[in-house]
Amino acid sequence: MASVGKILRRTFLIGSAAVVGGVAFGAYYVSRPAPNPLQPQEGEAALNPFVLIDQQGITLFAPRAEMGQGVMTTWAALIAEELDVELEQVRVLHGPAAAAYYNSALLGEGLPNKGYDISDFQHNLGEALGVFGKVLNLQITGGSTSMRDGFERMREAGATARETLKQAAANRLSIARDQLRTENGAVIAPDGTRIPYTDLAVAAGQIDPPEVALRDPSDWRLLGKSLPRVDMVGKATGTAEYGIDVRPEGSKFASVRTNPKLGGEMKSFDASDAESMPGVEKIVDLGDGVAVVASNTWLAMQAVEAINVDWGDAPYPPETDGLFDAIGAAFEGKANSTMRDDGDVGTMPEGATEVTAEYRLPYLAHATMEPMNATAIFTGKTLELWTGNQAPTVIRSKVAKVANLDPEMVTVHTPYMGGGFGRRLEYDYAVIATKVAMALPNVPVQVTWSREEDMRHDFYRPGAMARMRGAVKDGKALLLDGQISAQSVLYQAMTRMGAPAGGPDKILVEGAFNQPYAIPNYRIRGYIADLAVPVGSWRSVGNSFNGFFHDTFLDEMAHAAGRDPLEFRLELMKSEHAPSAGCLEAVREMSGWTGKTPDGVGRGVGFTYSFGTPVAQVIEVVDEDGTIRISKAWIACDMGLALDPGTVEAQMVGGMIYGLSAACFGEVTFADGEVEQYNFPDYDAIRIHNVPETEVRILETNRHMGGAGEPGTPPSMPALGNALFDLTGQRARSLPLSHSFDLLV
Amino acid sequence: MPTSLTINGTAHNIDLPDEVPLLWVLRDEVGLTGTKFGCGVAACGACTVQIDGEAVRSCQVALSDVWGEVTTIEGLGAPEAMAKIQQAWVDHQVAQCGYCQSGQIMQAAALLAENPSPSDAEIDEAMQGNLCRCGTYPRIRAAIHSAAGKLKEA
Repeated sequence: MASVGKILRRTFLIGSAAVVGGVAFGAYYVSRPAPNPLQPQEGEAALNPFVLIDQQGITLFAPRAEMGQGVMTTWAALIAEELDVELEQVRVLHGPAAAAYYNSALLGEGLPNKGYDISDFQHNLGEALGVFGKVLNLQITGGSTSMRDGFERMREAGATARETLKQAAANRLSIARDQLRTENGAVIAPDGTRIPYTDLAVAAGQIDPPEVALRDPSDWRLLGKSLPRVDMVGKATGTAEYGIDVRPEGSKFASVRTNPKLGGEMKSFDASDAESMPGVEKIVDLGDGVAVVASNTWLAMQAVEAINVDWGDAPYPPETDGLFDAIGAAFEGKANSTMRDDGDVGTMPEGATEVTAEYRLPYLAHATMEPMNATAIFTGKTLELWTGNQAPTVIRSKVAKVANLDPEMVTVHTPYMGGGFGRRLEYDYAVIATKVAMALPNVPVQVTWSREEDMRHDFYRPGAMARMRGAVKDGKALLLDGQISAQSVLYQAMTRMGAPAGGPDKILVEGAFNQPYAIPNYRIRGYIADLAVPVGSWRSVGNSFNGFFHDTFLDEMAHAAGRDPLEFRLELMKSEHAPSAGCLEAVREMSGWTGKTPDGVGRGVGFTYSFGTPVAQVIEVVDEDGTIRISKAWIACDMGLALDPGTVEAQMVGGMIYGLSAACFGEVTFADGEVEQYNFPDYDAIRIHNVPETEVRILETNRHMGGAGEPGTPPSMPALGNALFDLTGQRARSLPLSHSFDLLV
Repeated sequence: MPTSLTINGTAHNIDLPDEVPLLWVLRDEVGLTGTKFGCGVAACGACTVQIDGEAVRSCQVALSDVWGEVTTIEGLGAPEAMAKIQQAWVDHQVAQCGYCQSGQIMQAAALLAENPSPSDAEIDEAMQGNLCRCGTYPRIRAAIHSAAGKLKEA
């Protein structure tokens, strides 16, 4: 077995280690020997595997959280492509929380460029900055980064394992490695003899991995094709295990209430009624809330509702109007960022028509199908936690602190998630489960939130406002000057991570400052409203509001200029970013766009460049006896390389529907400091009867790989608003649309 | 006094208060976790099971009110022996997060038992109580049509 010292001296990113009966291939924590900015602590030098082969078979690790986006399958396919195994023959596991599973692509997103204009140098710089992901231990699933992050590294992991296994076979047969080939989980000798990887695993554990070259994409068997997802049979048979399904032996069931005036204190509580209710075993004072442990989740929910609690006030204006007053007032302060300032927006071009508009978008909940929950067992010395999450290393450090344990004594399991959408980047549910488990040492406790608790204790998409000013002349855009105000998701997230928050917040203006339009006078400024409403990443984050602001305003400018809105955008885009223009041209062709629609039919186009992927959408609405139905949608995207087109198509359609749900119905409002929405009847979404018939085209001309999970969401909202304008002549400047249009519900 | 229930063909004696919803009997007492908790107010359909073949929201049926044999997703078919409708879900790669799909499949199975070739409008009518936040509806519709075809061949 490789010693720790030997591991640290290695220069390979991908190393090997002997394990009982086999071998593991994977990444070492900060594996390069010099310059090494960190002193690895004890235990952190361990290898975290991507491939593990023993007598039982082959296991691939996909340490990115499966919340529906198909990451587990595509991540495993990256390894399997080079390893020469079939996905049906291997196990795919998420694996533990570990520093070596850091996300190198995510922090590359922090660079102050627009993304679409990125040069190869900047691209490499982004990759280099990505190393900070390793230093900060960020094992995160988010930012639509998984494929960009895993694309090189996972193919290297597979190739390294393959060549090491071949070397083991070469040693056994006393022939050169290059005389061997691999296929279907076995090394094939020149005479056709098959030696299964499992038979070579022990010997491979003693071999230093050779340096390997990656295969040419023209030789790929799996990548670039739509593969059956490894989680599909489990999800069709009810056997896939989500966090809420974890049942360690002897489990108890709990439910929780914390202050609905979010962030307010708990002054006192009286649980005397709850104590005597059926099945109740323990009342737990969480300090900022209360939990009931019972023999059954439903009994726990009934009892926790029966507790009388005196809650303190919310640390923010208690009514929705007050919150938006503060968001509006932030425009009067200093801009937090001016991330685009081209030309001179201070001078109105002579003879130009000025266009102005104000927009306002609501706070939104994530409303994952699986309500928040976590299961924990605390022994006094160790803590074991099972919970769907997008950031296991963050969870581990946070719960370790709560339990007063060394992080090494905490095990985080990441089962399937019933939706994430950014909600599972937080760790509140894990902290609550830890506190409850600490009150019942040695007993596994599952803490499940009611839907109402989940809906009313989210980290919301912030409410946001925009003031837009533009100028058009002779059918062209000459000036666009946008101001955006909202709470800072980034600042709050940094603060929760214990990092100092400050500086320009790129996320606040993403989807506005970085759009590929050649407008000569072009400025985007962001303003931070300092409010304490909990806010977080909601599928596409800043793009979720800026996509609407920016693209709706372009539509208004096109109409003011007397131009077809699609052609108006296309003309501004062609010289700026060809892949983006390609997406617009694709939806023009797919939808048979003519710029004209018959009576009773409206069409709108929407476009947002986000997470490295341009997405254009055309949405069609029809008036059916006074009720408006979203009838059709066409989507074109270009993420450069679509590793699994079936999954990309699903993400594009799903991302659009998530956005349309918000655009039509989504709204979180506040009264007396409390969220007024409790459950799906107050916070509905698109369902099967009002979903549009949708066609997707995936283009692959972009030079850099973009994301898939989020970019489908931002353009859906303006596309629908623009279609409603085409149908009714009424411009949607706020959402949800159900307030101002008679939509099919 | 324990309540006796037949679930997926097996008799169970359940020692829980009468008002506990069937959902929580299945999940926390019997250990059949394929049936999911989504909202608790019959607004999402994640908890859909069948009682005597009828699709019901198990979060709204009290233990003492269960009037017949209960079938859950686990009783419809197992990974190695899937029902045709489950196979159609796999063929069309329907699930994303998958959390709502047990309920979607139980609802769709009840629809097909009653109506072997549903139109799009009939699918809309039967399935609109089943929420999917991932937006898998187009593939759900395709899988139902395809399962209808396969069931007719059989």
